[in-house]
Amino acid sequence: MSEEKLSGAELVVRSLEYMNISTIFGLPGGAILPAYDPLYDSPIRHILARHEQGSGHMAEGYAQATGELGVVIATSGPGATNLITPLTNALMDSTPLLAITGQVASEAIGNDAFQEAYTVGLTMAATKHNYLITNAEEIPQILLEARHIATTGRPGPVLVDIPKDILNQKVEWIEPKLIDLPGYKPTLEPNPKMINQAADLIKKAEKPILYVGGGIIHSKANEELFELATKFQIPVVTTLMGRGAFPDGNELCFEMPGMHGNYTATTSIQKSDLLIAIGVRFDDRVTANPKFFAQNAKVIHADIDPAEIGKIREPEVPIVGDAKSVITGLIERLEGSDLKTTDWINELNQMKKDYPLSYIQEEKGPLKVPFVLEELQKLSDEDAIVVSGVGQHQMWISQHWNFTQPNTWLNSGGLGTMGYSLPAAIGAQAAYPDRQILALDGDGCFQMTCQELITASTENIPIKIVVFNNGNHGMVRQWQKIFYKNRFSASELTHHTPDYVALAESMGATGLRMIEKSDVKKVFEKMLEINDKPVLVECIVDPEDMVFPMVPAGGSNDVVILNEDDLKKL
Amino acid sequence: MSERILSVLVEDKPGVLARVASTISRRGFNINSLAVGPTNIQGRSKMTIVTELESVEQVKKQLNKLINVIKIVELDPENTIESEVLLLKVSINKDTQTSVIEKASLSGAKSVDVGSDYAVFEMTGASKDLDKLENLLKPFGIIEMIRGGRIAIQTKL
Repeated sequence: MSEEKLSGAELVVRSLEYMNISTIFGLPGGAILPAYDPLYDSPIRHILARHEQGSGHMAEGYAQATGELGVVIATSGPGATNLITPLTNALMDSTPLLAITGQVASEAIGNDAFQEAYTVGLTMAATKHNYLITNAEEIPQILLEARHIATTGRPGPVLVDIPKDILNQKVEWIEPKLIDLPGYKPTLEPNPKMINQAADLIKKAEKPILYVGGGIIHSKANEELFELATKFQIPVVTTLMGRGAFPDGNELCFEMPGMHGNYTATTSIQKSDLLIAIGVRFDDRVTANPKFFAQNAKVIHADIDPAEIGKIREPEVPIVGDAKSVITGLIERLEGSDLKTTDWINELNQMKKDYPLSYIQEEKGPLKVPFVLEELQKLSDEDAIVVSGVGQHQMWISQHWNFTQPNTWLNSGGLGTMGYSLPAAIGAQAAYPDRQILALDGDGCFQMTCQELITASTENIPIKIVVFNNGNHGMVRQWQKIFYKNRFSASELTHHTPDYVALAESMGATGLRMIEKSDVKKVFEKMLEINDKPVLVECIVDPEDMVFPMVPAGGSNDVVILNEDDLKKL
Repeated sequence: MSERILSVLVEDKPGVLARVASTISRRGFNINSLAVGPTNIQGRSKMTIVTELESVEQVKKQLNKLINVIKIVELDPENTIESEVLLLKVSINKDTQTSVIEKASLSGAKSVDVGSDYAVFEMTGASKDLDKLENLLKPFGIIEMIRGGRIAIQTKL
C-alpha cells in the first residue's frame, strides 16, 4: 500500500509544520502560488508583507528576538531579488533565516522566462548556503538540512529555490533522514590546550578586557559571561551586536567601544594588556584602523567561525568553539585564581566619570534624541525589545539605552540597512505578542519601508514606533558637516516631508506627535497605553545635533573626538 | 617559493565550481591556477588551487566555510608530484619543420598532428617544463596554446 501522494507544495507546508514553524512572513506571486494553496489550510500563521524586503526583515526580527529560525517565502524574479538585502543583512549579523523562493518551471529555467531570475547565483554571496530543488521528493530533506545549516555553527541565511513544476509534482512523503553533511561539521567544543593557554594569559593580565559581541547572544552564553566577568573581576565592553549580552549598569560594564562608542570603552581597549575577544569579528567600526588598535594588548580570540580568527588581527591564542563552551572552559580553568584588576577597574571608572556621555536638553529648545530615549526608557518595560534603524538614532540608542537582557536590542549592525526597524519590529511582535516592541527609527529610514505599517495594522501587531524626525539623513549630514564643508548634497528631506501623524492614521495606526520637552512624558504614556493597534509617534528633533564621541573612519582609537570643539583635532 | 598548493575535496554538485570561484573573487584572493576533475570516489571531485603564500590561510578558511567543500589539504612541496597538460599549435614551414619537431620532442612533448604549415604538440609534466617548451617554440610563432591547470598529489601515504 503506497501512501497518499502529495504535491511538492504540500510537502513544503508539511515540512514547515514538521519543523514546528509557527509563523512565516511572505508575499505570494506566480511561481510560489502552489505553495500558498496548502498554506491556506495550515495552522502556520502567514504574515503578508507589503514588500519582500519587509518580509525578510520581519523574519530577521523574529529570529533576532527569539534566537530561533525566521522563515520567509517569496516568489521568483523580483520576489527573490527583493530578498537580497535582508539575506545579506542576515549573513552579516549571523541571523538564522530560511528563505523559500518559487522559481519558474524547470524547463523554462535559463530561457529568460517571465519573472525569472538566477536566484541561486544571485544569492550565492548573500547566503550561508543555498539550494535549487530538482525533485519534489527532496523537499523535506533539503528543508531540514537548510534549517540545520541556518541555525547551527555560526548562524546565517539559507535559501531554497523551488521551480513551479516541482511544487506541483506529486510524490510520496519521504521521512527525512538524519542530516549528514560531509563538508559541514562546526566545531563547538574548544581545544582544551587553547583554553589552558588563554587562562594562563588571563591570570597574568593586569588590564584585561572582555571584548564581546553577537556571538554571546547567539550562543545564549550571557549567564556564563556574567559569571566569568564578575567572579574574576574582568571589565566588559559590548559591541553593537553584543549590547545586552552583559547588563548595562553593572560596575564592570563599560558598554560600546568604537566609532561612536563611549570614550572609556574605546580607550579601555587601547590601554588594555589583554583582549579577551569572544564572539566578535574585529569589525572596522570597533577597531578603526586596525594598525593602531589595542597595540599594547595580547589577544585571545574565540569564535565559532574559524575564518574570523586572524582575519583582521592575528591573536596570541586562537580558540575555535561555541562561546558558551569557551567561557565555561575558561571559568573552570581560572577557578581559584585571584586577578589583580582592582586598580584597572578603578582607573576605568574614573575615566567614565571624567568622560561621560553628555547632552544638553534645553527647557524650550528642540528635542534631543538622548533625552527622549531616556524618558522613554523610564516609562517602558524592563523586557521591552528595542528595534532600531541605521544612523544617528541607532548610535544614540546604543549609547543611552540601558540594555540588561540579551535579545532586547535588534538592529542592522554589519550591513547597516536603513529601513530595518519597522519590519523587524513586526517580526519581533509576531514572536512576542505581549511584550513591548519599540521601533525607534529615523525619518530617512522610516521612509524606506513605511508601507509595512499597513502590515502591522492588518495583522493587529501593536508595535510602538517612534520616528525621530530631523528632516535629514542625519548621519550623512553629520559627515557632510565634518568632512564636506557643510555642503549638504542630497541629505535634506525637508522639501516634501510627509505628515507622519496623518500617514500613520491613513495606514490604520494611531498617530501622535511630540515637539517640546513638555510633550515627551504625556505622549509616551499615551503611546504605551495603546495595545490594540500600532502607534506611531513623530518626534521632532534637532537637525543640527551630531553623535559624539566619534573616531573618524580609518583613524586611530587613540584620538577620540568628544564634541564639536574637538573636531579641530582633525 | 611563495606558491602554495591546496588540494580541495568537494561534493560533486551543481554550482560547486561557481561557489569556489565566487568565494575567491569576492575575497580578492590571488589565484595562480585552478583545476577541477573527478576522483576515484563516487560523488567527489578534487580541485587543485595554486595560490600565494600570504593569502593561503584565509583562502583555506573561507573555502572551508562552503558547505560543499569537504576537506582542504595543503600539499607539502617536498612530497608532491605536480602535473599539467598543454596543447600547443605552432607555425612550421619546410625549413623549420625538422627543427621544431626535434626541439619539441627533446623537451618531452609529443607531436599529435602535423600539417604542411602547422604542428600540434601535447605535453604533460611539471609547469616549469611546459614553460620551457613554450619559450623554445615561441620564435617559430605559436598560433594557439592551452594549458589545463596544475594538478597535484602527495607522494606519501
